[in-house]
Amino acid sequence: MKKYTFTEKKDTRSGFGAGMQVLGQQNPDVVALCADLVGSLKLDAFIKENPERFIQCGISEANMIGVSAGLTIGGKIPFATTFANFATGRVYDQIRQSVAYSGKNVKICASHAGLTLGEDGATHQILEDLGMMKMLPGMTVINPCDFNQTKAATIAIAEYDGPVYLRFGRPVVPIFTDPDQKFEIGKAWMVSEGTDVSIFATGHLVWEAIQAGEQLEAEGISAEIINIHTIKPLDEEAILKSVAKTGCAVTAEEHNRIGGLGDSVAQVLIKNQLVPQEYIAVDDSFGESGTPAQLMEKYGLTAKDIVAAAKRAIARK
Amino acid sequence: MEIEQLEKVASQVRRDIVRMVHGCQSGHPGGSLGCADLLVGLYFDHMLIKEEDGKAVFDMNGTGEDLFFLSNGHISPVWYSVLARKGYFPVEEMATFRKLDSRLQGHPTTHEDLPGIRIASGSLGQGLSVAIGAAMAKKLNGDDRFVYCLMGDGEQQEGQVWEAATFAPHHMVDNLIAFIDLNGQQIDGPTVKVMNNRDLGAKYEAFGWEVMEVKEGNDMASVIKGLKEAKSKAGHGKPVMVLLNTGMGYGVDFMMGSHKWHGVAPNDEQLAAALAQLEESLGDY
Repeated sequence: MKKYTFTEKKDTRSGFGAGMQVLGQQNPDVVALCADLVGSLKLDAFIKENPERFIQCGISEANMIGVSAGLTIGGKIPFATTFANFATGRVYDQIRQSVAYSGKNVKICASHAGLTLGEDGATHQILEDLGMMKMLPGMTVINPCDFNQTKAATIAIAEYDGPVYLRFGRPVVPIFTDPDQKFEIGKAWMVSEGTDVSIFATGHLVWEAIQAGEQLEAEGISAEIINIHTIKPLDEEAILKSVAKTGCAVTAEEHNRIGGLGDSVAQVLIKNQLVPQEYIAVDDSFGESGTPAQLMEKYGLTAKDIVAAAKRAIARK
Repeated sequence: MEIEQLEKVASQVRRDIVRMVHGCQSGHPGGSLGCADLLVGLYFDHMLIKEEDGKAVFDMNGTGEDLFFLSNGHISPVWYSVLARKGYFPVEEMATFRKLDSRLQGHPTTHEDLPGIRIASGSLGQGLSVAIGAAMAKKLNGDDRFVYCLMGDGEQQEGQVWEAATFAPHHMVDNLIAFIDLNGQQIDGPTVKVMNNRDLGAKYEAFGWEVMEVKEGNDMASVIKGLKEAKSKAGHGKPVMVLLNTGMGYGVDFMMGSHKWHGVAPNDEQLAAALAQLEESLGDY
């Protein structure tokens, strides 16, 4: 029985662009910065409506992070935008010192994260960004799952005072969350309840998890699917409540298995309630060129991989 | 403030610097001593700073006042001394410099909420970008005050500096006045030998900055004159870059002109010899 259906597909980056357009209209302190990727970040509407609050930085990401930190001194809310690789790994020290350690209200908004960037290949397909960002003290890390959730998250982080890393992507994916949802930072979303296995998924892997849940149900296995859109701070309560019921867990993310959502969930389980956990993640490797679908298949990030992982987890109980 | 009075403040600041570095047996006296005249000139004469009852009052956004950013954060002793002497925090707190649980961290930080500090610095090359952002926020807010930023000359070897150098003229950030402390020294030796920056003035001019030089960066009258000239050049579409010639270790004869005192603390004997050369004009902390 289908729990979630969709009528439309859109890219999550367009959700970001839609959120920015709303913020442009609602919050005069919001300033957008971009490093020569305006079209890719879907900032056209914001720029058209608020040209004085857009700052083109050119291909100079380190400077963009520093300028963003400076803008907060004066009460601005800068949204620094580029591809996820250039928004994190390339500028880690700038984020560390001028944003995180300095406690600045900068929103680092990163598109084209993970393998689903596709044909550009491994130089652009960062799979380490969640790990780098969650290691920074005080950094909030969010990885929404569809257009609507990305739009809602974009609007929500402007209301929160502190540094945020918001990660989204390029491919068109099903829209299945509520268009009028209220996004709560750090609050996991119960997609569907179940009793045999908990599937904790983030980003593009949430839809895969939903499909996996349907396949499992057809085989008589009841999966509880929880969307962990906020990697940090992690909703430990939701995780523990779920595994107390199901007794095993699968984590699913478009990221290296080292340092991502899986490791965050594992820490919670180790400390509180040890249950079997299976990882759906990239197995400590770089990506490569290919279509998003081919890459998801090759690197084991599809619904059928989640189904297999769920069965392994249940078998280990 | 009269030049003579400013010189007296600078002498006390130099005493504070060597005493702080001696007190924890670590820190960077050389560059700190060399920039004492600039920071005293800025804070005690040139910049518009919010004050109450003769003491500086801090608020992070700094709306309606001039802002200073120290990009080469390792010369924190000079900044801490100037901030304390200006009234941002008690002068006694200088005794905690670089010690456990202190707000006076080795490199400046907002993390401990020390009044006067608006961004962490220490990892080099980042301060100019931050200062540009703060200057742009002032423009967006309709705030007509200025933003100042000090960098080291060795720091010019960082790539991010040149990203910022390209950006500021493009966006006409003309409420920004930046300084390069040209002391010609860095950790591994003279800057011309370690990594020759060549003609920084020509470089910044080519990038679109209004460039000027203060030849005697350790002469208070020259510093004050230079600051006035810099401000007169601001507001005309270009950011202003001031090349400030200083002597590393200026004011303490045995520390002068050598990279050896970049990051070394004086022992008891050296401290006494240094303090004998510096008037205690405002009372030691």
